[in-house]
Amino acid sequence: MGRNQLSLTLPPFGATQIRLLEKVSNAQAVSGDESDVRKIVIETIRPFVDELKVDALGNVLAIRHGSGETRLKVMVAAHMDEVGLMLTSEEEKPEGFFRFEVIGGIDQRYLLGKSVKIAHQDKFGVIGTKPIHLTTPEERKTSVNIDSMRVDLSGYTNKARIGDRATFATQFQRFGDCIRGKALDNRLGVVALIELLKQPYPNLDLMAAFTVQEELGLRGAQVAAFALNPEMALVLDCTPAYDLPLEIEDPDHLPENTHYNTKLNHGPAIYLADHATLSDPRWIAHLVQTAEENSIPYQFRQPGGGGTDAGSIHLQRSGIPSVSLSTPGRYIHTPAAIASLFDWKNTFYLAYLALQSLTPDILNHER
Amino acid sequence: MKTSEIKSILKELTSTPALSGHESALHSTLNHLWSPYLDEVSISRVGSFQALRRGTSTQPCPELLVTAHMDSIGLMVSAIQDGFLRFTEIGGIDPRLLPGQMVTVHGKRDIPALIVQPPSFLLPVEFQNGIVTLHSLWGDCGLPPEKVNQQVAIGDLVSFDQPFLEFENDMVCSPSLDNRASLAALTYCIYELVNRQPAWDSWFVASVQEEETQAGALTSTFQILPKLAIVVDVTFANSPGTPSHKTFPLGDCIALGWGPTVHPYLYKTFQELADQLEIPYKIESFSRRSGTDADSLQLVAHGIPTMVVSIPLRYMHSAVEVVSIKDIQRAGRLIAEFIAGLEIDYLEKIKWDETN
Amino acid sequence: MKELIKTLVETNSPSGYENSIRQVIRHNIEPYVDEIKVDALGNLLCVRHKEGALKIMISAHMDEIGLMATHVDQNGFVRFIPLGGVYPHHCIGGRVRFLNGVSGVIGVERTTTPQEIPSLDKMFIDVGAANAQTAQIKIGDVAAFDRPFLDLGKRWVSKAMDDRIGVAVLIETLKQLQNSVFEIYAVFSVQEEVGVRGATTAAFGVAPDLGLALDVTATGDTPKGIKMEVELGKGPAIKIRDSGMLADPRIIHWMIQTAEQASIPYQREILEFGGTDGRAMQLSRSGVPAGVLSIPCRYVHAPSEMVDSEDVENAILLLSELLNNPPKLEFLA
Repeated sequence: MGRNQLSLTLPPFGATQIRLLEKVSNAQAVSGDESDVRKIVIETIRPFVDELKVDALGNVLAIRHGSGETRLKVMVAAHMDEVGLMLTSEEEKPEGFFRFEVIGGIDQRYLLGKSVKIAHQDKFGVIGTKPIHLTTPEERKTSVNIDSMRVDLSGYTNKARIGDRATFATQFQRFGDCIRGKALDNRLGVVALIELLKQPYPNLDLMAAFTVQEELGLRGAQVAAFALNPEMALVLDCTPAYDLPLEIEDPDHLPENTHYNTKLNHGPAIYLADHATLSDPRWIAHLVQTAEENSIPYQFRQPGGGGTDAGSIHLQRSGIPSVSLSTPGRYIHTPAAIASLFDWKNTFYLAYLALQSLTPDILNHER
Repeated sequence: MKTSEIKSILKELTSTPALSGHESALHSTLNHLWSPYLDEVSISRVGSFQALRRGTSTQPCPELLVTAHMDSIGLMVSAIQDGFLRFTEIGGIDPRLLPGQMVTVHGKRDIPALIVQPPSFLLPVEFQNGIVTLHSLWGDCGLPPEKVNQQVAIGDLVSFDQPFLEFENDMVCSPSLDNRASLAALTYCIYELVNRQPAWDSWFVASVQEEETQAGALTSTFQILPKLAIVVDVTFANSPGTPSHKTFPLGDCIALGWGPTVHPYLYKTFQELADQLEIPYKIESFSRRSGTDADSLQLVAHGIPTMVVSIPLRYMHSAVEVVSIKDIQRAGRLIAEFIAGLEIDYLEKIKWDETN
Repeated sequence: MKELIKTLVETNSPSGYENSIRQVIRHNIEPYVDEIKVDALGNLLCVRHKEGALKIMISAHMDEIGLMATHVDQNGFVRFIPLGGVYPHHCIGGRVRFLNGVSGVIGVERTTTPQEIPSLDKMFIDVGAANAQTAQIKIGDVAAFDRPFLDLGKRWVSKAMDDRIGVAVLIETLKQLQNSVFEIYAVFSVQEEVGVRGATTAAFGVAPDLGLALDVTATGDTPKGIKMEVELGKGPAIKIRDSGMLADPRIIHWMIQTAEQASIPYQREILEFGGTDGRAMQLSRSGVPAGVLSIPCRYVHAPSEMVDSEDVENAILLLSELLNNPPKLEFLA
């Protein structure tokens, strides 16, 4: 099939989806405290699914049954949580200053001088910094430790409490073919999974898991996979694009970035291996074949560190063949990430077409 | 229960060393303390002690798990050279505490020994002016090499030889108070429930290997598949040199865990109950992990709503851990009242807000 | 048996890509078992049935450490990541072979001093190509270390002794063993080197009453080596602990008793790093009493790993004895 033919049958993916992305990107769901995003997910998917529940950890598990006779049970997971902060203790004097810990991998060099929003409350705090005039040149060469940073909430009389979570106060923005916002890791995956659930798949029982606590070590997906007990699993996530230029040391030899992980605008990234998973080769072949037959651009994420929910999913019960598919995002785990609408849309289409064309035959071969 | 009774229970519980992986020595103590008041006792396939207090509900009874680990840290013989012993650690031990430490080597019989640091001119160069790592410390049994070779083998356990100390107030000192203090709290709770009629089935589990792999809590939870779980462990009490924002005052309060490991509705229930009973508590917030059995237990099978209750303890993972009996009573009483008051339909309430 | 070992170690099958080794093992074990299955992750499960008997899972991992290509640069040099515990000092000048047949050598970027050992991301594989187009390697291609079996008489050397020697012991034991008191699940597990993944799902599927892993362990008998009491040639080792597990004391006792009764030499093993399939079995479901029978091996994870043939013979003897002498574990009845 050529691309033109398919565009007739492909579900729409455009302005409506971007509006939903804006809503979930601005919502707050630090790992362990995902309720705001969970609410939106449940509202949105309820009309499209046959079964819906929230489990003991807060994962949203939803099943959409297919109509065919033989149906593969396929889990598709996207984590709802994001990196952020937790307030851990309040200074006695002056009041309103909180110590905090970061949740998930945030580079401490990104924190100084940023504003944060306290979850479930309309309160903004700032992570203050010493004025440059009062610092020594030596101090300016070293990074400030989180232990000596505070969130300043002294502007409120009714203070936040210890244990409250906070995120960067970034607001979602679209510019041209790109989007910028906090938590694009992994609200891009969440919206893609919501859209997948809106479509029927005669060949599958589609088991969607909107998972919690991924950033804390793939925790939610573990129990979700055990409960759903699927035959295969696909994880939708967001992975860094480090496709930045290198500094030129030697003008005769232009440096080549060999450690880009993924590149923006090169299409969805198929995982081969990361720290937590060696992707199932049958899945990889299926995704590649689907992309090539339908002229959907794709790239392989460079094998390397990191991990997605697939890491805990594939080890559940007697093993679940799993793979991850990510939309590249620059600067994820910082106040704002940048992603490409082209990559995101094609992530959705590749996942959609791969699911539509999946048959039980894929499991006839040994891994 | 009186302070003196709890002290004697604690003394009994700490008198048996039960290092991680080798906890069976504690089974008879627990059997003696618990089984008269409970309905069923069993040992799990990896050695956790499991005891059931049946609920009164005539409907199928939901099951609650209350667990505290029973293993403790210590050392293990890793080599024998000219009658001197080398060690490896079980659990996490700061080697700076070890020179001069009296220990018992559990060989063919129990042998007293002393851990010594060789004089600097006998040490490898890198240790001569600094900290000596565990690999360069020796254990001296004061026996000739033949006797040592006869009595001791690689893999033999080594525990701290430190008597139980009772102070004038309600504080006590002993090795293994992490986590026998929590087992004492479970014992308190079991006794409190004797004349109560809880609706739920309650499993009291003394779990194995928390200090290493959390094997006991993982596997007993899989076996029992409880609807709720409460993990009792110790947390850091403050003392000079510890950061005040990461520690709790000893004898003043217990700590209620809050973070991704704890179900927020369970936390709320415990908090309200503690307020109502006027049991002093502080929130122990952990942004990632609780550092207790709860971290793995929560993820068993379909996932378990979990609560963490902690007892402040000074000098954790040393031979001279210190706790306050008052805090043990507080933890035991709070959990007993929680169990006694647990409605049969509590699970309906624990649902996440958004599903309603 | 030497021929079997040679075939096993010379088959290239790094973690996650166990297809070829699985075929070799299947071919060799088929006559000695009743049933063979392959699970979702690729573990090879071989069953010898015995109605009503205790079910023992014996696991030997069939994967080996290796490399995976992450990028081919414009001049044809291949960047890579390790699959499993590959150490930089073992790599420099090493030869590798990709599963598609392409061979190469490992080179390094310049270092500040000749003594410096650069990290793996400063290394690359040179496959003799002039540019990316002729390199015949793409992202995700997998390579194993290229080193043939070396017979030093009593001692044998090769890459992938970890854990093909365990695989050989298991195959050979089943070949020799007529009867057993157990129902035997011989599991040739995948992805051990990346975190005992295969044994995790295999143990869940098998749900054994007892677990025993067969794997290599390090030794402390080389000049200024690690502080460890296990030596080559002093018999198979009975694991007491490693950093992944405390072996079940009842299993340790059973193994020691059995070895002593049968006069088989053995050593007590404390390994202060590493982990085996034993951990995965111990933590599975409601818990499994589990232990490890180790074959002492020098230079573990180097491309030349050395074992002693007598240790291997004695490991087979001890495993056979164990399979005929059940442990006393009342609660399992």
